Amino acid sequence: MAEPSPLAVRGAGRLVAHFWMILGVIVVAFPVYYVFVASTHSVQTILRPPLPLLPGPEAARNYSDAFSGGISRIGGVSLWRLLANTTLVALGIAIGKIAISMASAYAIVFFRFPLRMACFWLIFITLMLPVEVRIQPTYKVMVDLGLIDTYPGLILPLIASATATLLFRQFFMTIPDELLEAARVDGAGPWRFFKDILWPLSLTNVAAIFVIQFIYGWTQYLWPLLVTNSNEMNTIVIALKKMISFADADTPWNLVMVTSVLAILPPILVVVLMQRWFVKGLVETEK
Amino acid sequence: MRRTVFPHKLLPWLLLAPQLAITLIFFYWPAGQAFRQSLLREDAFGLKSTFVGLANFRKVLGDPNYLNSVRVTVVFSVLVALCAMAVALFLAVQAEKIVRGKGFYRTLMIWPYAVAPAIAGMLWLFMFNPSFGTLAWPLRQLGIRWNPLLDGEQAMALVVAAATWKQISYNFLFFVAGLQAIPRSLLEAAAIDGASRRHAFWTIAFPLLAPTTFFLLVVNTVYALFDTFGIIHAVTGGGPGKATETLVYKVYNDGFVNLIMGDSAAQSVILMLIVIALTAFQFRFIERRVHYG
Repeated sequence: MAEPSPLAVRGAGRLVAHFWMILGVIVVAFPVYYVFVASTHSVQTILRPPLPLLPGPEAARNYSDAFSGGISRIGGVSLWRLLANTTLVALGIAIGKIAISMASAYAIVFFRFPLRMACFWLIFITLMLPVEVRIQPTYKVMVDLGLIDTYPGLILPLIASATATLLFRQFFMTIPDELLEAARVDGAGPWRFFKDILWPLSLTNVAAIFVIQFIYGWTQYLWPLLVTNSNEMNTIVIALKKMISFADADTPWNLVMVTSVLAILPPILVVVLMQRWFVKGLVETEK
Repeated sequence: MRRTVFPHKLLPWLLLAPQLAITLIFFYWPAGQAFRQSLLREDAFGLKSTFVGLANFRKVLGDPNYLNSVRVTVVFSVLVALCAMAVALFLAVQAEKIVRGKGFYRTLMIWPYAVAPAIAGMLWLFMFNPSFGTLAWPLRQLGIRWNPLLDGEQAMALVVAAATWKQISYNFLFFVAGLQAIPRSLLEAAAIDGASRRHAFWTIAFPLLAPTTFFLLVVNTVYALFDTFGIIHAVTGGGPGKATETLVYKVYNDGFVNLIMGDSAAQSVILMLIVIALTAFQFRFIERRVHYG
């Protein structure tokens, strides 16, 4: 954003553009802000529309109640446990994906072996098999392997990703031959070359893929819905849905709102704080 | 083609092993099972299955409920893709018009990307909840009989709004990048020739955005088809009636709730064909994108 775009305008036109951007930002960010506001009011205030536009006085009470057993009463599992489960799943998926797709891209780009391209295509075609199109048989595999209600069950099927492998392959192919030759002349084996040369060069890509996959893991819905039966193994998104679907007149909406805020906040922080890598990674490399 | 490689023969297989194992166990095996099941029919007790050829497909494609769900999916996807792309393009153009504060707007604009679809749905249902939703209240005051839990069209409007809201961030980032990639010289030349800004946008910038637009069209369609399951499941559960039952929701419902395996498998196979077509389409345009790039 160094130099102004050739589309930049002056005077009144710029003010109008600011007006539209502010309106857009309000529409886009309002629902998130609004849930935060709701989480700081009492149930009675939430149930009597319209809700005030500013945070209320109940924040401390709602949040401490939610963390100290309020969520366990309505959802059968503590908020700490939900956050830990979701963090573990999101980190497991992000790190697992990066590890296995880097390894396979490394094998495909820097080695020659029979069936090399066949392996590449085998991985590539999985782009066309999202979970949604093979729900039932995949579920049966999970049952047969005893993976229902386990962390590996939540993580493993989601860490095979053609996209990440393709990205790393694409990036590895831009590494000049001379670099590898020089490393080999110096007696570096595959591990040394990876650790000392390739990994440091890949860091930006790794950061971008990490953000994208962390969000992907944190926001999973269909898969955790299928492979978890016990409340203890729920991710926060699923737990939230369960709390609301049992909603009657006496749903403690203030606690539900606290849970929503905590389900939304971590991934937003990751995206906002790692924005530079995220945007670059998304726009330059995705798909 | 790379000239220098490592000479190892076993190591590459070890490196590939984890990904290949997961791919075979969790992708190819279940996909194969879906194909197999789509050609079989189980008896009432699930004990014996017989080969029925394409009968399941004929049954599914002749089922009015399935055709309803095709219609729902088309309406939903077209609305989501169009709204999300139009709003994002408009905002991206506004963002390019300003000089200061772009980073600030972008930071706020990317929030919804990080929100889970199911939660996006719940947020919108919370705001527009007929009994205590703050934004349902003004609608009621305007004399609209607002109840998305009973009215199919209102339910559709609500899930479309939630799905669109969530996708604006993604489209916005791509349109901004697309606009920034347009060569300055072209727009400057147009300005020197005295073309109005509006004219210059529609005749120069917009056509040059075509690769981005096509790319986003495919991505948004895939998003509307598959990633919105959480929104539908959390907000409407496919209802009221079957007014918001999309294809993916129906596969889930028939396979897990109604337990009709043959039908569900046949529907899975049809979905697979749709994904394959979309992916092929997408890669054709990727090639083009490189040319413009």
